[in-house]
Amino acid sequence: MIDPNLFQLICFYAFSTVAVVSALAVISLRNSVHAVLALVLTFFSTACIWMLAEAEFLAIALIVVYVGAVMVLFLFVVMMLDIDQERLREGFVRFLPVGLVVAVVMLVEMLGLIGVRVMHAQTLGANPAGASNTAWLGKALYTQYLLPFEIAALILTVGVVAAVALTLRERTGVKRQQASQQVQVNPRDRVRVVKMAAEHPADAAPAQEPKP
Amino acid sequence: MITLSHFIVLGAILFCIAVAGLFINRKNVIVLLMAIELMLLAVNINFVAFSRFGHDVAGQVFVFFILTVAAAESAIGLAILVLLFRNRSTVNVAEIDSMKG
Repeated sequence: MIDPNLFQLICFYAFSTVAVVSALAVISLRNSVHAVLALVLTFFSTACIWMLAEAEFLAIALIVVYVGAVMVLFLFVVMMLDIDQERLREGFVRFLPVGLVVAVVMLVEMLGLIGVRVMHAQTLGANPAGASNTAWLGKALYTQYLLPFEIAALILTVGVVAAVALTLRERTGVKRQQASQQVQVNPRDRVRVVKMAAEHPADAAPAQEPKP
Repeated sequence: MITLSHFIVLGAILFCIAVAGLFINRKNVIVLLMAIELMLLAVNINFVAFSRFGHDVAGQVFVFFILTVAAAESAIGLAILVLLFRNRSTVNVAEIDSMKG
C-alpha cells in the first residue's frame, strides 16, 4: 500500500511537469492555435494542482470560466484572424538569448529568495476550510467581501459593453431595424377599420349532406 | 509531503516562462496576451498556496477577483485585437506604430 503523502507528492510533480512543459509549448509553438491549446493544457494541470491544495471551488472555476469561456474566445479570435505566421516569427531567434537570460536570472533570484532551507519547513496540515471549500469561500465572499464582489460584477458588465462597443461598426448598404421609427408608427396610418353588416353563415350556406 | 515551497517554486517557474515568452515573441500580439494570462496564473498559484498554508480565506477570495478581472481584460484585449486586425490587417507589434510612441 502506497503512502498517501508520497502519492500526493508524485501527483504534484506529475501535474507541475505537465504545466511547465505546456507553458514552454505556449511560448515556443509556431502555430497560434496550437499555442492556445497548450495554454488550455497548462490551465487544466494548474486546476489539478489547486485540487491538491484543496481549493476545489477555484479549480472548478478555473476550468469552467477560463478553459470554457476565455480560452474558447481566444481560439475563436485566433482562428478568425488570417495571420501570416512566418513574418511574426522573424525576431524569434534574435530575442531568444535575451529572453532566456532574463527569465533564468529571474528564476534564480526567486528560488534564492524562497530558499532551499524552507523546503522542509511548512507542510500541508489540516484544511482550514473544514469539509467544504465552497462554503468557506462563499461565506467570506458574501459577508466580508460583498462590496468587492458587487464591483467585480460591475467590471464584468463594463467589459461586455466595452467589447461590444469596440467591435461594433456601421456598415453602409445594409438594411437594418430602426427602433425609434418603429415605435413612432401611428396605427391609423397602417390599418383602416371598415364597418359592414355582419353575415350569417347559417342562412347563406347550403344545407350539408348528412355524413354516413 | 507537499510543502509551501513546492507551490511557490512552481509559480516562479511559470512566471519566468511567461516573461521569456514576452521577450522572444515580440511580434505576435496574441502570444503576448497569452503570456500575460500565464503570468496571472502563476500569481494565482501563489495566492492559493498561501491561502491554504496560512489558513486565511483572503487569498482564495483574491484569486476569485483576479480571475474576474482577467476575464474582462482578455475580452477587451481581444476586442482591441480584432479592431487592430480589421484596420491594419496585421497583429505584428512592430507595425502597429501609428502613435509613434
